Amino acid sequence: MTDIGGALGAAFSMIVHFDRDLAEIVGLSLRVSLSAVFLATVIGMPLGAALALFRFPGRAAVVVLLNALMGLPPVVVGLIVYLLLSRTGPFGVMGLLFTPTAMIIAQVLLVVPIVAALTRQVAEDLWAEYEEQLRSLGAGSGQALVALLWDGRFILMTAVLAGFGRASAEVGGVMIVGGNIDHVTRVMTTAIALEVSKGNLALALGLGIVLIVLSTAISLAAYQIKEATLRRHAI
Amino acid sequence: MPSDVPSPPSVSILPLEARAVSLEAGGKRLIKDLNFTLEAAKSTIVLGPNGAGKSLLLRLCHGLLKPSAGEIVWRGTRGRDPTPYQAMVFQRPVMLRRSVAANIDYALALRKVPRAQRRNLIEDALHRTGLEHFARHPARVLSIGEQQRLALARAWALTPEVLFLDEPTASLDPNATHVIEQVIAAFDAAGTKIIMTTHDLGQARRLADEIVFLHQGRALEISTADDFFAGPIDASAQAFLRGELLWRTPDP
Ligand SMILES: Nc1ncnc2c1ncn2[C@@H]1O[C@H](COP(=O)(O)OP(=O)(O)O)[C@@H](O)[C@H]1O
Ligand SMILES: [Mg+2]
Repeated sequence: MTDIGGALGAAFSMIVHFDRDLAEIVGLSLRVSLSAVFLATVIGMPLGAALALFRFPGRAAVVVLLNALMGLPPVVVGLIVYLLLSRTGPFGVMGLLFTPTAMIIAQVLLVVPIVAALTRQVAEDLWAEYEEQLRSLGAGSGQALVALLWDGRFILMTAVLAGFGRASAEVGGVMIVGGNIDHVTRVMTTAIALEVSKGNLALALGLGIVLIVLSTAISLAAYQIKEATLRRHAI
Repeated sequence: MPSDVPSPPSVSILPLEARAVSLEAGGKRLIKDLNFTLEAAKSTIVLGPNGAGKSLLLRLCHGLLKPSAGEIVWRGTRGRDPTPYQAMVFQRPVMLRRSVAANIDYALALRKVPRAQRRNLIEDALHRTGLEHFARHPARVLSIGEQQRLALARAWALTPEVLFLDEPTASLDPNATHVIEQVIAAFDAAGTKIIMTTHDLGQARRLADEIVFLHQGRALEISTADDFFAGPIDASAQAFLRGELLWRTPDP
């Protein structure tokens, strides 16, 4: 009880006083996760739409694999990216380990399967409805793919949101490849883990509350935009 | 010479010829040995009971389905791709999740019509179908009758040489049906070849120059509308005209 009370107090005072360290951590968290979600969207949406559009041998296996990858443990992704970026790894010379860029890479790998798998489902339903009409109008595969993504754009916000949820909540990936270095790679989730290990439960809870409030606000805004547009277009 | 831009009607892709066309799916022969030649300037109505294969026939002609045997030949193409000279209106209108005007604009963009020309074509098509006040509305909030008019407007803007319509009024009330038939008549007057399915005999009488009677995947009678409605030769067609053949009977 006292912990929660203290946490609320700590969170409140951090926000009211606009604590510089807190602002820095929140800013980096948003920068890393939003960049990762943006890149994962650019990669995952065409990938998912292509899976909906094209029939090829082994397609079923790819779909199953993609669905399985949605549940990929962040620590495992972190480990893989760590091995790739470490000094002795194939990309070691780039010196990216323990930088925000490494964290973005890890989160891109975590989010691409989510965006691609959800996009595939949405695009497949849309394609079932559109296929004959688009072929009748003479649309090629590339043009059909663009039309599916464009016309699915409002529903696909759900995929982006799910991706953002995963990116902003994960700790294992950013911890391993970022290293939780103060003022360099410390984000909200790693900061929370650190404060807990130091016994600073109130501060950890305070950070947790800020994290929840932030992601709820983003979800809410996206949800309202989506609902309004879905209603408008009678989807 | 292959070209994306439709040439004037003087070089028609018609006639359309079906040569021994069959279609099999799921181990069943759904279309059996179709042979016919459809000429320009006559409206062809494909008549037949539910499940006769009317929709499959249209899809085969339009190139959405490939025949299992035989071939569909556009005899006038002279090496051109026949696709851009055709349009199709489906039984259930397919509306893109965009505005009414954008639905037409998209079709024109796919045909590489320059942006500057699209506006006039869209306006004309919306005017033809009485949809000018809906231009900015999202297409999917229109009533089914209005959506079907938009599907026709989209086809109108493409100025097709051949227009396929698959039971375009099947789910419409008499008023909406009347409007759709008027637009179809306008296509006909503008020189577009109509190839349309229906199971509505009154509609067939109003619109047809030529009847293809389809039953159990076979074209049992192909004749002028006058001859067909005066009294078909085929026994199933006679039964159909008497209203006794509304459902597909199992294959013997
Ligand atoms: N993809 C398919 N696979 C198997 N049977 C089909 C397929 N498509 C249509 N059919 C069958 O072919 C027959 C003709 O269908 P259709 O052309 O839709 O008839 P209609 O004359 O009512 O338009 C029907 O019995 C239908 O069930
Ligand atoms: Mg049908």
